Amino acid sequence: MTVGSNPVKFTPALPGQPVPEIRTISGDRPVFLAELPDGRIVWLVSGYQNVRQMIIDQRFSRALAVAPGQARQGFEMFAGGSINGMDPPEHTRLRKLVASAFTSRRVEALRPRVAGIVNELIDAMLDRPPPADLAAGFSLPLPARVICEMLGVPAEDTGQFHAWSDTILGDWQRDSGEIMTALVELYSYFGRLIEIKRAQPADDLMSALIAARDDADRLSEEELTVMCCTLLIGGHETTANEINLSLLLLFDHPGEAAKLRADPGLIPGAVEELLRYTRLGNLVPARVTREDVQIGGVTIPAGEQVIPLFVTANRDPSVFSDPDRFDVTRDAANHLSFGAGVHHCLGAQLARVELQEAFRGLIGRLPGLRLAVPASELEFKPGMAIHSLRELPVLWDQP
Amino acid sequence: MMRWKISVDKNACLGSAVCVAIAPDRFALDERQRSGPVQTEIDPDEMVRDAAASCPSEAISLVDTDTGRPVDLDQ
Repeated sequence: MTVGSNPVKFTPALPGQPVPEIRTISGDRPVFLAELPDGRIVWLVSGYQNVRQMIIDQRFSRALAVAPGQARQGFEMFAGGSINGMDPPEHTRLRKLVASAFTSRRVEALRPRVAGIVNELIDAMLDRPPPADLAAGFSLPLPARVICEMLGVPAEDTGQFHAWSDTILGDWQRDSGEIMTALVELYSYFGRLIEIKRAQPADDLMSALIAARDDADRLSEEELTVMCCTLLIGGHETTANEINLSLLLLFDHPGEAAKLRADPGLIPGAVEELLRYTRLGNLVPARVTREDVQIGGVTIPAGEQVIPLFVTANRDPSVFSDPDRFDVTRDAANHLSFGAGVHHCLGAQLARVELQEAFRGLIGRLPGLRLAVPASELEFKPGMAIHSLRELPVLWDQP
Repeated sequence: MMRWKISVDKNACLGSAVCVAIAPDRFALDERQRSGPVQTEIDPDEMVRDAAASCPSEAISLVDTDTGRPVDLDQ
C-alpha cells in the first residue's frame, strides 16, 4: 500500500468483525487522511491521547460540521438542530438547563426505581417459558421507561417513538427523505406533548424545560422541542443496544460472566470494561477544524472534517494493557465511550446505573442465561449509525 | 473586588473534561485524567461558572472569598 498524502480507503468494521488494524491501514500514522465508504474525505484520529485531545479541543467544531453547506447525512440531519451539533456558548446555555438532572447525585437517587423496573421486566419474562426476545422484553423497555418517567413522556408510546428514533439514528445509507419524515413526526409528537404539559405541569424534566422557556426565556420553542427529542433518543436507544452488545460479549466469555455471578460486587467495574470493549457504533459524527490544528504530528488545515476513532482509544495498549483481552476485573474507568469535553454524554451516569442494575438483575435472577440461537444467526438493523440488534433470543434455566 | 475560590473534588471527578473544554485556561487534567483548577483564586469568570454548572459529578465548587458563601451556579 502506498502511504503518502493520498487518502487511505477506510471501511468501518461491522458488528462482530474484528477491529481493523488502524496502524496497518494508515502506515503507522496516528492521524491520517481517509476516504470513507460514502465518498467523504476525512482526517481520522487514532490513539488515546490524540482522540482525547481532539474531542476536548474546541478548535474541532461540531457546529461547523453540521452548518448549512455541509452534506448532512443520516443522524447529522437531526444533530444540526440539537446540542450534539452545537459549540459553546449556545451549547453551554442549553446543556446547563438539563445538566443538573443527570448528575451523579441525582441519578443515584433514581437507582431504586431503575432496579424496580429491572425486576418488573424480569418478572414478566419469567411468566412465560423461554425462549424470549431480550431486546424487546428487557433491553429496550428498561431505558425507555426510565427516560419516559424522567421527561414525562407516556411509556406506552415507546413502540412509536422507538421506530422514529431508529430511523433518525441512520447512517449515510439511510434515505434522507425517510429521516426527514421521522423527524417531522417526532417533532409534532413532542409539540403536542409540550402543549399538554404546558396546561398541566408535573414534576418532570419536560415541565421544567417548559418553565425555563415560558418564565425565563432561556430557550426558544424550537430548542425546547429538539431538546426533548434529543433526551428521548439519547436516553433510550444507546443504552438499549449497549445492554444487548454487552450480553453478547458476556455470552462469548462465560468465564468472565461466571466471575460476576460469583461476586456481584464486580458489576460496576465490569460495566466500565463492557463500555470500553463493546463498539456501539463505528464512526461518531465529524468535527470540522476552525483553524489549522497540530495533532499527532501533523497539521490539519482549517475547514477539514475530522473523526476520532474511539475504538483505537479504548484499545490503546499504552493505557489498557493487553487491550484486546476482555477482563471484567481490570480498571477500565478511563475509557472514552462516553466521549469527553463539552459533548461528554449527558446521560453517562444514568447509563451506568441502568447497565449496573440491568446486569445485577439478569445475572442474579436468570441463571444459565444464554443465546437461544447460534450467534451467527443474529441480525443487526441495516442503515443505522449504531449497532442495533433486531432480536436477542435467549434461554435460561428454569427452577 | 470580589474573588472566587475554585476547588475540585478529585474523588468525585469522573474525568469527563467538560470543564477543561468550556474553560481551558481555568482547568487542567492531571496524569490520572482528573481535573483541577489552574489557579485557585480568580476574578469572577462566567466560563468558570458555566464549567461548574455543567460538571456531571458536581465536583467543582466556587466560593465567594469575601462572604465565604458558594457562588450561585444557576445564572
